Amino acid sequence: MAGKLDQLFVALKHWAVGFFPEAWQPLVSILLSIVPIIAVFGGLFAITTVIERKGLGRIQNRLGPNRVGIPLTNIRLFGFGQFIADGIKALIKEDVVPRAADKVVHFLAPIALVVPVLLGYSVLPFGRNMVPIDLDAGLLFFFAVGAGTELSLFMAGWGSRNKYSLLGAMRAIAQMISYEMPLVLSGLAVVMITGTLSLPKIVEAQNAYTGTIAHWHVFTPWGLAGFILFIISSLAEANRSPFDMPEAESEIIAGYFVEYSGFKFALFFLGEYLGMFAVAGLGITLFLGGWTAPFSWLTWIPSWAWFMGKLVTIVAVFIWIRGTVPRLRADQLMNFAWKFMLPMALLNIVVAGLWHFTGREGWNMIVRWLVCAGILIVPYLLLGRALETKFVKRVYRYAS
Amino acid sequence: MLGTGILQGMVETARNFVGSYTDEARLTTVEYPEQRIPLKEATRQFPFLVFDGSDPQAGLRCVACQICEKECPPQCIFIEKSKDKKPDYIGKPQFYPATFDIDISVCMSCQICVEVCPFEAIKMDNEFELSTTDRFGGLLTHKQQLAKPNEHYHKIHPTEAAEVDARLAADKAKAEAKAKTDADAKAKAAAEAKAKTAASPFPAIPVAAT
Ligand code: SF4
Ligand code: SF4
Repeated sequence: MAGKLDQLFVALKHWAVGFFPEAWQPLVSILLSIVPIIAVFGGLFAITTVIERKGLGRIQNRLGPNRVGIPLTNIRLFGFGQFIADGIKALIKEDVVPRAADKVVHFLAPIALVVPVLLGYSVLPFGRNMVPIDLDAGLLFFFAVGAGTELSLFMAGWGSRNKYSLLGAMRAIAQMISYEMPLVLSGLAVVMITGTLSLPKIVEAQNAYTGTIAHWHVFTPWGLAGFILFIISSLAEANRSPFDMPEAESEIIAGYFVEYSGFKFALFFLGEYLGMFAVAGLGITLFLGGWTAPFSWLTWIPSWAWFMGKLVTIVAVFIWIRGTVPRLRADQLMNFAWKFMLPMALLNIVVAGLWHFTGREGWNMIVRWLVCAGILIVPYLLLGRALETKFVKRVYRYAS
Repeated sequence: MLGTGILQGMVETARNFVGSYTDEARLTTVEYPEQRIPLKEATRQFPFLVFDGSDPQAGLRCVACQICEKECPPQCIFIEKSKDKKPDYIGKPQFYPATFDIDISVCMSCQICVEVCPFEAIKMDNEFELSTTDRFGGLLTHKQQLAKPNEHYHKIHPTEAAEVDARLAADKAKAEAKAKTDADAKAKAAAEAKAKTAASPFPAIPVAAT
């Protein structure tokens, strides 16, 4: 029974593909992988926008959206009809293209954002046997297409012929290039340990249990450090607060998509959220055991439910962080990337190597733990102290 | 240590998040159209013209001196003086505005018109739901819409209105007293002049009555 539920979607797809003639089957199979991904993550995007607004509202002791329900009735659904209203609004709004804009680039930018982001989903394992394409170099592919989104942001900023757009785009490029480095390096530690770039195999490597506890990478010193580094840099990659400087509503209005309206704006919005889900999904795959259960007595829950549950949790944490941390300044952002994230990520690779070659039995295990944790914690404290702002009382020449 | 501040902040926001569900008193906002917070007395939104008595147009305090029109920074007041005069609250004949328009889309609620008006004729209203379905005509308010009774002023700004009324009453009393002393003086002067003409054989030069 549990196994059936676990393979429900795989079986459904096989059953549906069986209706088509032999020659069509590969095409249908591909379509049946793509459509559910777009539907599920599109739906998740819609619901996340509402939950985010409600959550942020509650964090600020407000109610958040709670009115839009089913039209023409008094049913309010706690405001969860909001995304439909927003969607309709975005669709029927006028699409304004600035007269001075580079029309082609301006038009292509949102597409150039959404397409690579969607491509990233093609290598993520959503459950047992549920990966659209099992690429041998899946991780590499993911990072490669992920880097493609930077191009679209710059296209948007450049094509709009607007100073705010260009500022936002330049900020985005500077930020994304800086944080791409720790993102990839923290993923590299996983590759060193598992010895594979294929995402399903990385999950498979974590699908083992010592006692009742799973072998998730996050339960090791290098894995925990890697996970934290990964989450921080993925926040920056997804342009989420506190790294939302490229958008910075309060200073450059919306950065690179100032000049976008209507459906193109909605596409940018969609691209950002889909990017966030994808990179969170990658984090889950690399460090949180993908679709595996944390305890062996929980394995009866279907694998895809584990994946989605972890994804929703991470997204909730992202919203929580957004409600807490103020936006970083450009110099703080760069300092943090190059003086903290990068050294820590490099150190983490050393620790991962050490971990790989040290014993895993009895006392050796404890020594290994202590040494690896020590190598990470001491530099963390030192680097942290170096980064800390020294608060001095500011002296004004004229104003005081 | 690096990161502890962020963790503390996250605990605080989590406390807010949970607290907003359990403790109603935490919520700082209300659900607006149904629930309203009473407005502060100093709330100001858009000017209105005060009138006394029962007739909105005849009772307008405005004497069309056009000071506010000249002072208004975005120049959104338009006044046309009347040809005839009507007595004001003291009884002195004054002009009144034949037209008094304020463009609501231009007014920036600065209250300068109120500050400069020497006749306590224009005051700030606290009505803030000013949306209109008519994009052009509806945004130009005429003196018919602008005229509001003194009672309304008392209702929205009680302290200020009481002060204004006291001042106006004092002015009126002073004016009446002055009129009375003037009349007395005039009567006295007339009586003296009469006495003089009676005493003198020459025709008197008329004394200019002030
Ligand atoms: S409040 Fe200011 S802007 Fe509005 S009418 Fe008076 S002077 Fe003009
Ligand atoms: S409102 Fe006051 S300042 Fe303006 S014209 Fe009338 S009396 Fe003069």
